[in-house]
Amino acid sequence: MNLSLALMLQLTIILPLVATLAILATGKKPNLREAVTISISLAVLYCVINLYQGLIAGATIEAFWWELLPGLEVSFVVEPLGMLFALIASFLWLITTLYAVGYMRGHKEENQTRFYLCFAIAIGAVMGLAFSANLFTLFIFYEVLTLSTYPLVTHAGTEKAKNGGRVYLGILLGTSIAFFLLAIILTWFVAGTLDFTAGGVFGSDVDTSLVGAILVLFVFGIGKAAIMPFHRWLPAAMVAPTPVSALLHAVAVVKAGVFTILKVCVFIFGIELLPTLPTTEFLLYLAGASVLLASIVAMRQDNLKARLAYSTVSQLGYITIGALLATSSGVIGSSMHIATHAFGKITLFFCAGAILVATHKSKISEMRGIGFTMPVTMAAFFIASLSIIGVPPAGGTWSKWFLLMGTIETGYWVIMMVLMVSSLLNIAYLLPIPYHAFFPGKGHPTAKTGIKEAPLLSLIALSVTTLGCLILFLYPQPLYELAKTILTVPGVSHGH
Amino acid sequence: MLAHLPILQVIVPLMAAPLCWFLNRSKLVWLFALLVSAFTCLNSILLLQQVMSSGTIIYQLGGWDAPWGIEYRIDELNALLLLIISSVGTVVLFAAHTSIQKELPEDRHTLFYSLYLLSITGMFGIVSTGDVFNVFVFLEISSLSAYALIALGKDRRALWAAYQYLIMGTIGATFILIGIGLLYQMTGTLNMADLANRLEEVNQTRTVFAAFAFLIVGVCLKLALFPLHLWLPNAYAYAPSIVTAFLAATATKVAVYLLIRFTYTVFGIEFSFSTLPLQNIFIVLGLVGIFAASTAAIYKTNVKHIFAYSSIAQVGYMIIGYAINTSTGLMATLLHLFNHALMKSALFLALGAVMYRIGSVQLSQFQGLGRQMPLTMAAIVVGGLSLIGVPLTVGFISKWYLLVAAVETGMWPVAVLILLGSLLAILYVWRIVETAYFKPPLPGREAVQEAPWTFLAPIWALVLANIYFGIDTRLSVQVAQAASQSLFGINP
Repeated sequence: MNLSLALMLQLTIILPLVATLAILATGKKPNLREAVTISISLAVLYCVINLYQGLIAGATIEAFWWELLPGLEVSFVVEPLGMLFALIASFLWLITTLYAVGYMRGHKEENQTRFYLCFAIAIGAVMGLAFSANLFTLFIFYEVLTLSTYPLVTHAGTEKAKNGGRVYLGILLGTSIAFFLLAIILTWFVAGTLDFTAGGVFGSDVDTSLVGAILVLFVFGIGKAAIMPFHRWLPAAMVAPTPVSALLHAVAVVKAGVFTILKVCVFIFGIELLPTLPTTEFLLYLAGASVLLASIVAMRQDNLKARLAYSTVSQLGYITIGALLATSSGVIGSSMHIATHAFGKITLFFCAGAILVATHKSKISEMRGIGFTMPVTMAAFFIASLSIIGVPPAGGTWSKWFLLMGTIETGYWVIMMVLMVSSLLNIAYLLPIPYHAFFPGKGHPTAKTGIKEAPLLSLIALSVTTLGCLILFLYPQPLYELAKTILTVPGVSHGH
Repeated sequence: MLAHLPILQVIVPLMAAPLCWFLNRSKLVWLFALLVSAFTCLNSILLLQQVMSSGTIIYQLGGWDAPWGIEYRIDELNALLLLIISSVGTVVLFAAHTSIQKELPEDRHTLFYSLYLLSITGMFGIVSTGDVFNVFVFLEISSLSAYALIALGKDRRALWAAYQYLIMGTIGATFILIGIGLLYQMTGTLNMADLANRLEEVNQTRTVFAAFAFLIVGVCLKLALFPLHLWLPNAYAYAPSIVTAFLAATATKVAVYLLIRFTYTVFGIEFSFSTLPLQNIFIVLGLVGIFAASTAAIYKTNVKHIFAYSSIAQVGYMIIGYAINTSTGLMATLLHLFNHALMKSALFLALGAVMYRIGSVQLSQFQGLGRQMPLTMAAIVVGGLSLIGVPLTVGFISKWYLLVAAVETGMWPVAVLILLGSLLAILYVWRIVETAYFKPPLPGREAVQEAPWTFLAPIWALVLANIYFGIDTRLSVQVAQAASQSLFGINP
C-alpha cells in the first residue's frame, strides 16, 4: 500500500505535466481538449484524496527523485500542511476547469490551448510545491509556478496585459532571486541543511541577528505572499482572464506564497525560535500595515477585480501574521485561513467573471440592480463576502477566530486591533456590492430586465464553491484536525 | 593510438584545414569539417574519461623529454576545456552549411571552414600544451583565424570590428609574449611545471612582477574583462552568425583558462593572491563589469549586441568566482565556463536562425516572431532563463556555487551584488521576449517561416543540454570539482 501511495504522490505532479502533452495533441478539438483537462484534474484529485486518507491512517509517504547538487535533492513528503494546500488546490482546479470551459467559450477567448496548457503546468508546480520535502525543491517549483503563470497573466496580448505581465514577472522573479534565493543560501550556510524539519533547522545557539536577517529576506523574498511593499504584482495580474485570476490569484499563486511562509516559519525556523528573533516583531507590524493599507486601498477601487485583488493582499497579510505569531492558534488559524479564504475569494472571482460574461460590466458603479438579472451569482457573492469578512454562516469565521486567539495569546494588542478594524473595512468594501445589486435605489433598473445568468457550467462552479464556504462553517472538523496536526507531526525530515 | 590522443586532438584539425582546399565544394567541405570536429569531440570525451580514471596525462612531443622538448599535459581542467570547445564547435558547425549560404558568397565557403578548423586547432593547442611559448604560438593561430573569420561578415562594419579586434588582440598577445620572455630570462625554461619550480627562487624580483603584470593584462584583454572589453561587442555583432556562436562559447573561455593556468600553476596561488592584490582588483572589476555591461545590454537595439554585452557581464561572474580564491569559487568559475558556453552557443545560434530568415537581428525586427518562429523563439526564452539563472537550467547551478563560495568566505556584499546583477539580466532578456511575443508582425513583411531543421536540431540540442545539465549535474560538477581541487592541491 505504501508503495502505491508513493506513486500517487508523484502522479499528482507528473499527471498535470502529462496533461500538457495531451492538451497539445488535442488542441485542434476543443471538446476533446477540455475532456482531457477535466479527466486529468479528476485523476489528480483522486490521488490527493487517497494521499489524504493515507496520511490520516498514519502512513509515511515519501518520494525521492534525484540529487541536483551534493546534499540538495529534489524529494517529496506528505505532511498535513502540504496536504491541506494540495487538497484545496486540486479540488478547486477541477471546479475552475469547469468554470473556465463556460467562461472562455462564453467570452470567445483566443489561444485557449495555450491557456489550458499553462494552467496544467501551474497546477503541477503547485502540487510539487505543496509536497516539497525541502526548501530547495520548493524553490524550484516556486519559480516554475511564476514562469508558467506569466503567459496566463498576459493572455490577452494587449499593451495593458504586457505591462501587467511585466510587473508580475519583475516583482515575483526579482524578489525570488534577490531575496529568497539569498535566504536559502544563507540557511544552507548556517544550518547545513534545507530539509523541512519539525522544530526548525537552526540550532539553539545560532546568531539571532543573522537568523533574524534571514527571516526578513524570506518574508520579502516570497513575493507571492504579497506583503507590502511587494504586492504590486497582484493587482497588475488582474488583467488575466477571470478563471486565471480566480484559481491562480485567489488560490494557487498567492496561497503558494503564504504556504511557503508558513512552511518556512514552522519547519525552517520553528515556533520556538521565531519569537526570539529581533526582526519578528517588525515583520508582524509590517504585515499588519499591509492588512490595513490594502483594505483601505480596496475601498477606493471601482473595478471589481481590482477591489478583490487588494482584498486578497489584505487577507494574505492575515495568514502571514498567523505564521509569524508562532503559536499553535496562529498556525492553525493561518492554515485554516488558506482554505476558507480560497473558497471565499474564488467564489467572488467567479462571480466577477460571471458578471463580465453575462453583462460585460467590470465596474462596481455599473452594477447597481444587477441582482435582478443575476440572482444566483449575486447571492453567491453575498455568502462569499460573509466568509471573507469572517461572520457566520461562512467558513471564514473559524480561521479569523483562531487568528484573533493567536494575537491575544501573544499579547500583540495592536495587531489584534488591526485585524478587527480590517474586518470592519471588509464589510465596508464588500457588502455594498450585493446590497446595491438587490436594492439599487431610485432611478436604476429593477426586475424588468429578466434573468440573464452566466453559462451553466460557470454557474455550477460558483455554486459549488459557495456551498464550500457554507460547509466549511458547518463541518470544520476535518480541516481543523488537519491543521492541528501540523505542529505535532513528528518527523517531516527526510530519510530515504 | 590511445596514448596519442593528446596530440591527435590538435594535429587532426590542423592537417584538415588545408585539406579543405582539395575538396573545394561547399557541401563536401562542410561534411568534412563536421567529420573532423566530430572526431575531436569524441577524442576529447576519451581524454576526459582517461584523465578522470587515471589522472594527468603527460605526452612528450616527438619523444623529447621536458623541459627540452615540448610536453602536452592534460589534467581535469584541460580535459574539461577541450570537451567544451570541441562539443560546441561540432554542434555549431552542424548549422554552418545552411547559415553561410545566406551570409557568405559561394567562393568564400572553403575559406570559412578552413579558418574555422584553424581557429579550433589554436584553441585546442592552447589548452593542451604544457609549454608557455607553445601557448603563444597557438594563441596567434586561433586569434589570426578568428580575425579573418569575423572579417568575413556580410555587414561592412565587420571589417572595422575585425580590425579593432586585431589591434586589441595583438596588444594582448604582445603583452603575453613579453611576459613569457621575461620569465624565460629569469628561469631559462618555458615548460610550465618547470617554471613553477624555478620561479619560487626568483619570485620576489621586479622582473617577475613585471612579467606577471604583462601576462595578466594580456590575458585580460583576451578575455574581455571590463574595462578591456571594447573589442568584443562589435566583433560578435558583425561576424557571421556561426562565427559568433562559436567564438562566444569558446574564445573567452580559453582566455579564462589561461588566467587560471598562469596564476594557479605557473606563478602559484601564494604569489598571485598574497604578494599582489589580485583578489580585490578582480572582484571590483568583475562587479563593475556585471553592472556596466548588463546595463549597456538593456539599452542596445541589436540583439547580437545585447547578448555580446551579456557575455561581458558573464565574464564578470567567472572572474569573481576565480578571485574568491577558494576551491568552491574556482569550481563555480569552471562550472560557469561550461554552462555559459551552452547558453551562449544556443542563443547566438538561434539568432543565426533569425538572421537566416529575416536577414537582420535588430530588436525591432523581432516583432511577431513569437508566432512565426515559435521553436526558435522558445529556444531564446529558455536560453534567456538560463542566463537569468532560473532553477532547472544550467545558469542556476553555477550561480548557486558562486553564491555559496561568496557566503563561505564572508563576502556578503559580493553575494548581494551578484544577485542584484542577475536581476538586470531579466530586463534585457524580457525586452526580447516582449517584442517577439506581444508586438504584431511588422506590416508589409511577408509571413516568416520557422527556421529549417538544420538550425533547429543544433539549437535545440544545446537548449536541451541547458536543461539537462541543470537537472543532472553529476558530470559537470564532478569534473569541475576534480579540476578545482587538483589546482588547489587538495586530494579528494
